[in-house]
Amino acid sequence: MTGRQLIEKMDLKVLQGSSGLDREIAGGYVSDLLSDVMGHAQEGEVWITLQSHINVVAIASLKELAAIVLVKGIEPTPEVLARAEEEEIPILGTRLSTFETAGKLFNILSA
Amino acid sequence: MKSYRADLHIHSVLSPCGDLDMSPGNIVDRAVQKGIEIIAVTDHNHTGHAKLTRKLGEAKGIWVVYGVELTTKEEVHCLAFFDTDEQLDQLQEAVNSHLPMINNDIAIFGHQVLVDEEEKILSEITHSLYPGLNLDISEAAQMVHQLGGMFVPAHVDRQMNGLYAQLGFFPEELEADAVEISWRTDTRSMMGRHPELSRYQIIRSSDAHFIEDIGRAESKLLMNACSFVEFRMALRGEQGRKVMES
Repeated sequence: MTGRQLIEKMDLKVLQGSSGLDREIAGGYVSDLLSDVMGHAQEGEVWITLQSHINVVAIASLKELAAIVLVKGIEPTPEVLARAEEEEIPILGTRLSTFETAGKLFNILSA
Repeated sequence: MKSYRADLHIHSVLSPCGDLDMSPGNIVDRAVQKGIEIIAVTDHNHTGHAKLTRKLGEAKGIWVVYGVELTTKEEVHCLAFFDTDEQLDQLQEAVNSHLPMINNDIAIFGHQVLVDEEEKILSEITHSLYPGLNLDISEAAQMVHQLGGMFVPAHVDRQMNGLYAQLGFFPEELEADAVEISWRTDTRSMMGRHPELSRYQIIRSSDAHFIEDIGRAESKLLMNACSFVEFRMALRGEQGRKVMES
C-alpha cells in the first residue's frame, strides 16, 4: 500500500503531497510526544498525531516515515508545509479523531 | 557587580497544583528566611498574584520580577518575565484570549484562588489554568517579546511538559532568552546531551509548589543592581552580566 492508495481508502486531504506519496507504507505509529516518536517510530510508518509544530517534519524525515496524518482537521502553517515539501514528507489531513484514524489505518493495513 | 540569589520559578496557591500555604505573603517570608534576594511567582497561565507579591517583597527587601508559566500548544511549559504593570496586564489579556476556556474541576485539579496579604480568599478563577494556549512555542515567544518580556523554556529536561520531551529537539527558530534546567537534573550531563544549550544562560529554580521547597534550587545572577534592564542582560549573558554556574 502506498500513500496515494491510502489517501483514497481513508479519504484523506492532501495538505502536502507533491512528492513522497508513492512510498510503500510499512505500518502506523500514534503519538503526540515528539521525543517518543524519535525513539520508537519505524521507517516507512504513517504517523498519526495532532502536533503540527515544524519539528514534526524534521522527525518524520529523520525516521524516514511514509507520511504524517494530522487529525481533527488541524492544518499546519505554510512554513511547516514548505519544510515538508523540501523534506519530501507528505502531510495528510482528516477530520476524524486519532482513535478513529488509527482504527481505520489498522484495519486497512491488516486486511 | 554583585551576585544575587534568585528563585525564578515558584507557584502560588493560584496554580491548581500550588499548596494552600503558598500565599504571596508566605512566599516572600520564606524567601527572606532562605536568603533569596530575587523571586518570581510563575503561576500557570495566570499572573493574578504578581502585583501583591511585588508589594510585599518591596517591604521586605526582596526584588520581585513579574512572571508566568505559559503552556504552549505543544504543552511545553515556558517561563516569561515582565517589568511593568502595563506589560503584565497586556500579557494577561493576551493569555486569556488564547486560552481555551474550560471550567476548572476543583475535585480533580484543585483550587485556583486569589488571596490578599492576610491570606483571605478574594476570588476563585473558574476556568482551568491547565490547558495549552492556542499558540505554538515560537508564537508564544513572539507574544512575550512584543510585550517587552523575556522567554525562558522551563525545566527542558523534564519528561512532563519539558521542551525536549514534547518537541524532540530544540527548534532552530525559537527565540529563547535563557533556558531552565530542573533542579533534579545535573546541568553538565544535560549540556553534554544537548550541546546547543551552551548558547544560553541556564537558570535553576525550585519550581516550588510547597513552602519548604522554595530555594531548593537557585540561580546566582551577576548584575550591577536589581533592575529589569540588568536582569535582561544577566539572563541573556550580555555585557558581563550572567547567570553564574552553580
